[in-house]
Parts: sequence; structure tokens; C-alpha cells
Amino acid sequence: MVGANKSFKIATKVLVYVLLALTVLCMLVPYVWMLSSSLKLNKDVFTFPMQWIPAMPRWENYADIWTRIPLGRFIYNTAKLSVIVTVLQLLTSSFAAYAFSKLQFRGKNLLFLGYIATIAIPWQAYMVPQFIMMRSLGLNNTHLAIILLQAFSAFGVFLMRQFYQGIPDELCEAARIDGLSEYGIWARIMLPLSKPALSTLTIFTFVSTWNDFLGPMIYLTKTELKTIQIGLRMFISQYSAEYGLIMAASVVSIIPVLIVFLGLQKYFVQGVAASGIKG
Amino acid sequence: MQNETVLGTKKAPGRRLSKGFRDHLIAYSFIAPNFIGFAVFTLVPMFFALILAFVKWDGANPMKFIGFDNFSRLIKDTTFHKALWNTIVYTVGVVPFTMICALALAILLNQQIIARNFMRTVFFFPYVASLVAVAAVWNFIFSPTMGPVNNILHLITGVPIEDLPRWAADRHWAMFTVILFTVWKNMGYYMVIYLAGLQGINPELYEAAELDGANAWKRFRNVTVPQLAPTTFFVLMILVINSFKVYDIFINLFAGADNQLNDSTRVMVYQIYNTAFRSLDYGYASAMAIVLFLLVLAITIVQFRGEKKYGQ
Repeated sequence: MVGANKSFKIATKVLVYVLLALTVLCMLVPYVWMLSSSLKLNKDVFTFPMQWIPAMPRWENYADIWTRIPLGRFIYNTAKLSVIVTVLQLLTSSFAAYAFSKLQFRGKNLLFLGYIATIAIPWQAYMVPQFIMMRSLGLNNTHLAIILLQAFSAFGVFLMRQFYQGIPDELCEAARIDGLSEYGIWARIMLPLSKPALSTLTIFTFVSTWNDFLGPMIYLTKTELKTIQIGLRMFISQYSAEYGLIMAASVVSIIPVLIVFLGLQKYFVQGVAASGIKG
Repeated sequence: MQNETVLGTKKAPGRRLSKGFRDHLIAYSFIAPNFIGFAVFTLVPMFFALILAFVKWDGANPMKFIGFDNFSRLIKDTTFHKALWNTIVYTVGVVPFTMICALALAILLNQQIIARNFMRTVFFFPYVASLVAVAAVWNFIFSPTMGPVNNILHLITGVPIEDLPRWAADRHWAMFTVILFTVWKNMGYYMVIYLAGLQGINPELYEAAELDGANAWKRFRNVTVPQLAPTTFFVLMILVINSFKVYDIFINLFAGADNQLNDSTRVMVYQIYNTAFRSLDYGYASAMAIVLFLLVLAITIVQFRGEKKYGQ
């Protein structure tokens, strides 16, 4: 009886591992294929059965992509936008969140409700008037347009406020008695304490700005302003048969996100989990 | 800085500003940087969208108020109906498929398992990886005659390659391919939400069920499912809303230009984008956007009700 139970348990374990291993394989194969193809000549990309490790890796692919398209320019543009948007979002969101969680003022609840309500409104529903507005301000084909659209997020305020709610009010009270101004409390107490929330928001904002596609597609039509996503897509349709080059450029476009992700994935996963629970 | 005004424990007679007013001013100064930007670049366009839906405008000539004409035009517009239908088909495909995969993975990963963190990372990474890049790989892997997928299928089943699905290139399979890709790309995200939900379940509930002689299925059915109801509602809500907002996945999964999107893969946001930025019919595009917004709003309301009912 006990033996049967035990072998049943082992069988379940084996099944679990087989299922998981298969899924891991499905998830990983595209990247491995990407990496492997990025080191091949066009004619070798689709040889079947597949040659996972190319006999003669073509490292030139990684040199060529920089001259075929202004890849460096695209990466610089994207990095610039991602960093500026992230910094602005962190500052303005945590600043506003402090007032919403620790200060009393008229209209607080109504204002916060407004923030939450607008999170649910899809951006795609007002992207057209936003574009018209930006154009009439003369901001289309500027990076400023993208920055202004993404730097002031309701989601950021919501996320930071959820975190600040968990910090005891007594801490702020004590600081006030010690003579710290509200700005001082924000800078010296709330910010250092909210590192996990700040990290979560940093990753979310950085990654989504880095990967943003529709925004830059609408606003940035000049080549020298384009971001890596738009540039990569242009490259793909322009050189649709140069598989090795396309895959090399794809690998390059993923690396920064991979680094950010691996470095901070603990916070990332926590952030997702937290936003899920609060739902 | 005059800290005592903030603290405000003692009355400061003769000050020009009352303590309450100062406190309010300080609080508003915290909110202002975010709120001003948010109001100008988000709230104003939101209201502008409402107005635009009732006008005819090409962006150059004067606006013309036309009442509900844009909406009555929508009711007759078969291209828009098709786009709406495609969006619904996509949603109906993506939502249950993602939920089942995400929950199954979360349950498997919630056990004592070797390399759990590694797997969590692997499943989650497609969610953050650049869409353009991973869509390009999918296009190659699923390319009809040369791609490894069809070559492997050919080896396994013996069906000639010409008779195998042409995936994204085939109008009958295109939608399925997009759904498959979406699930692959996003399920890690929902898996993490489910994992958090699972970890919030009190283990005593399982112990009690086990004492009552409940087998694994019964424990899942009577403990896991009801305990996860709030998580499930949350996941359902964002999945449906995100499916209605989809556009970038569609244009990226079809390797060439978006004119390759045939009528079986044109979704609502594509229609809005095209009407506004290609046909310069801003009013009509905004009417479509209002329909999109109303649909999302309706879903949100239904799901909030559901959350209230099943949430606790």
C-alpha cells in the first residue's frame, strides 16, 4: 500500500519534470535558433536537420549590421528615451504617491480615483487626439513627444502609493517632530525605504520604453530619430532575405533588456506578483 | 524651510497663510509635477477624443460637427465589423489558452522542484524580450517551406510540406499562429501572478482537505480553484483588455509590410491606426476608438462585479 503510494508519487514527479522540460525547450528554442542563425550565412540558416553550432561561425554578421543600418544611432536614441522617461517617472510618481499616501488634502480621494479610472482606459483609444495635440505643438518628430507621453504615468503613482501605504505613518510623524520638512521626509525616509518599489517601476518603465513600438512608429518618422524597435523592423522588411544579419540585429536589440532583466529579475517578479495581488 | 508650519502643532498667529492652507499647498506641490503632465498629455486628449468622434476632420480643413454620423457609418461599415470580429476571435483564443497554460505552469512550479528559479526566468523572459526581434524568429521558424517547424512536422507525419499549414502566410492559419505566439510570449507574466496567488493560499486548507480524504483533483477543485478566484478575475481582466488593445503583435508577425494583413487578421486598433494616420479621417477613427473604449469599459465593469461576488 505504502509502496504503491510511493511509486505513484515518483511517477507524478517524473511526469512533472518531463512536462516542464518540454515547456522549457519550447520557450528556449527560438532564442537558440536566433543566436545560432545570427552566426550563419543565408544559405545555411535553413539547412535541415539543423546545425545548432555553425561549423564556421560568421562573426562578420555582427560587424555588418552596424554599417547596414544606423544601429548605433537607434540604440543611442532608445537608451536616451528609456533613461529620461524612467527617471522622470520615478521622480514624479514617487513624489505624487507620497502626497496620496501620507498627506491630507482636499480632493485627495476624488483625485486618486481619477488616476485609477484612467489606468483602465486604453492608450489606443486616445492616441489619435494625442497625436493631433502634439503635432499642433510642433512636437511630432521630436523625442520630446515620446518623453512627454510616457513620463507622467498614472500606473507609476498607483504602484508607488501601494508601497508607501505599507510604510507606517508613525515614521513620518517622528520625522516631523524632529523637524524634517515634508520634502525632507520624502527624500530621506520614503525614497530609501522604497527601493523595491522603485526597482520594480524602473524595470517596468525601462523595459516598456525600450520595447515600445507603436509610440515611436507614430511620432518618429525621421531615420535619425528612430528607436531600435522601429529600426529593426525597417531592417527586417528591407533585407527580408538576409536571415543571418536580421538575427544578429535581433540579438543585439535584446541584449540590453536581457541584462536589465537578469540583473533585477527578483524585483521584476516581485513587482508582477505585487501588482497582481493588489489587482 | 519653516518646518513648524508643516508640523503645525502650535498655532502661529499673524502668519499670512493659515496652517491648513499651507499644508494643502505642500500636498498639491507633491502632486503637481505628475498631475500637470498627466492632465495635459493624457486627460486632455481623452476628452478631445470624445469631441473628435462627433466631427468630420482631416487635420487640415476646418472641423465640421456631424453629430452621430460617424457612429451610424460604423454600424454599416463591414470592414470595421470584420476588425471587431477578428479582435473577438483573437481574444477568445488567447484568454483561455493563456490562463490554462499559466495556471498549469504555476502549479507545477509551486512544488519543490530543481531549477525552479531558472525555469521561472525562462518562462518570463519572452514577456520582456523585444516583440520585433522575437516575432522575426517566429516568422523564420514557422516559415512555410523552409522553416524547421514544417520540416519537423513533415518528418513526423510524412505529410508533404506543401500540404502543411502555411502558418502566418495562410489566411486560415494566420489567426491561430498569432494566438499561439501571443500565448508563448505572455504566459510567463500571468504565471507569475498565479504563482503569487498560489503562495497566498493557507496550507492548512490543503492539510484539512487531505485529512478528509480528498485526492489531488478534489483538492484542486475545492481548495485551489475557489481560493484563486480573485487572482483568476484579475488575470481575466487584464488578458481581455490587453487582447482588445492588440496591434503590434499582428503587424510584427507578418514579416513584410502591414499590407500583408489580410481581412482575417485586421484588428480594431489596426483599423483605428489606418483610418487616422493613413486616411487622415480623424473623426471616424475617434468614433472607432470610442467603441474600443466602451467595450473595455463594459468588460471592466462586468469583471469588477464578478470580483465583488467571488473575490472574498
